[in-house]
Amino acid sequence: MFARKEKLYGFLLVLPSIIAVGIFVYGFIAWSVRVSLSDWVGLTADYTFAGLRNYIELFSDPRFHVDIRNTVIFTVVFVLGALIIGLFLAILLDQRLPGEGFFRGLFLFPMAISFIVTGVVWRWLMNPATSADRLSGYNLLFDSLGLDFLINQWHLTPTYGMAAIAMTAIWQMSGYTMALYLGGLRAVPEELREAARVDGASEFQMYRRIILPLLWPVTLSAVIILGHISLKVFDLIIAVAGKQLPLDVPSIYMWQTTFDGLFYGRGASIGILLLISVAFLIIPYLYYSLRSEGEE
Amino acid sequence: MSTTSSSLSSSQGRRFQRRYLLLIPLILMTIFYLIPLYVMLVTGFKSFEEVSLQTMWNLPSGIHFDNYIEAFEKLKPHLWNSLIMVIPAAIISSIIGSINGFVLARWRFPGSKLVLPLLLFGMFIPYQSVIIPLAVFMKNIGLAGSIPGLVLVHVIYGIPITTLTFYGYYMTVPKELVEAAKIDGAGLLGTYWNIFIPVSAPAFVVVLIWQFTSAWNDFLFAVILTGNKSWPVTVALQNMAGSQIIAGNVQMAGSLLAALPTLLVYIFLGRYFLRGLMAGSLKG
Repeated sequence: MFARKEKLYGFLLVLPSIIAVGIFVYGFIAWSVRVSLSDWVGLTADYTFAGLRNYIELFSDPRFHVDIRNTVIFTVVFVLGALIIGLFLAILLDQRLPGEGFFRGLFLFPMAISFIVTGVVWRWLMNPATSADRLSGYNLLFDSLGLDFLINQWHLTPTYGMAAIAMTAIWQMSGYTMALYLGGLRAVPEELREAARVDGASEFQMYRRIILPLLWPVTLSAVIILGHISLKVFDLIIAVAGKQLPLDVPSIYMWQTTFDGLFYGRGASIGILLLISVAFLIIPYLYYSLRSEGEE
Repeated sequence: MSTTSSSLSSSQGRRFQRRYLLLIPLILMTIFYLIPLYVMLVTGFKSFEEVSLQTMWNLPSGIHFDNYIEAFEKLKPHLWNSLIMVIPAAIISSIIGSINGFVLARWRFPGSKLVLPLLLFGMFIPYQSVIIPLAVFMKNIGLAGSIPGLVLVHVIYGIPITTLTFYGYYMTVPKELVEAAKIDGAGLLGTYWNIFIPVSAPAFVVVLIWQFTSAWNDFLFAVILTGNKSWPVTVALQNMAGSQIIAGNVQMAGSLLAALPTLLVYIFLGRYFLRGLMAGSLKG
């Protein structure tokens, strides 16, 4: 396509980036694996081979069990919540109501904000006090609206406190799923809807039987993207709850054990386990999306 | 015939009215989305005397700037750190992404088929899996705890997403344009400069906004790779919120200050932000 010399220029232009990604992503992953298989504790690097000991210890570590449970709760509540609310909003906005642009912009604005800001504000809103004289935040609002039964301890609820933090993530990210779904809905040909109406289908039936099945690919992408966010969730929890054991997740454990506790080997093995869990989600997705792109 | 058409129009009329009922759930959702913003604003504008947990939903007695002044004084150096970190990071990332995207879109070299999936995967990795080597490396090259170090990190880990965004955009540039440039004797660089750069503005805006927002909002890299002098605003705000001494109203004012730059970008350039999202190529 271009002359040989030109090709050389092109190659030289991308080479630094390829090297940088090669080192900082793939090289560092390999380096992390090596650390995770070592005994490294303390400030000086120690690569003495320890086999899978760090991994085995993690799986019998009660704190890591809490982390896994919390990640599962967070992921289920967050992904389902963001999907359902996002789809609901997209269907509402698909009705071409007045002010559609305004609502779309409104539901997306939390995405521009950092998880830290979201967490700090929601912590203020999710004041866990439940005694009548100390109510604040949502609990106070529920109380004054006569919705006392909704008063709860939010993220301090035993066992399921993680669900409250997942709700703040839903607030932040459901606009994104709304946008994805709205894009999908707008791609459904109008003739298909008309045909359904002519056949006497109600609007509900039309969505249920014709449109929703068409949105599966959108749901799949959304699950992948939201899922990988929730597996590595970190700053949101730090901002809402700080470092509390009942609300611990792998990324917080990793941070504390590595940079406060200096257990580098264990920290690295948590990082690698996170990578593996994300890879399970991403690699099949990449495989299929690249293959279908190649077919086009 | 006339009866069918009238019944049709009346059913359309019912549908028309029912549609407006849909505004009710929409408005309820609007309230859910706006509550945090309301509390942030209202609390921030209260005077010090007015603040109590029991009156947090009340409107302020007037517009007081005490909280903003105090929050700004506390966060000023860190807002500045964020700004001088984010601007070069966004600009350098975009330039690199544009060059890479162009070369990958227009030229197949041996192994170029492998580059795309490797980049894509690099976009999704949890940074926890590279952060230990990264921290060691930054210390070894003397950039640990510094803002240039953080810029470097955002630029490098931004390569996958910026490259892929430009790649996707440049794939849509018509082949005829490139062929015509070649007939005119333009080389690789000439084609990039004369054909691709002039049409790149939308992609640049999308990538600049994306990198600006994600670098501004980053916490993980910042908390591990910077020291308290070089903390960007996210880390400073988190520390402020974690302290028992600083009142909630100052925290709310600080939150708004920390959110304002990206919110303004979103308000004024939201169209492009949305376009980037809808392209589906950007991760969350």
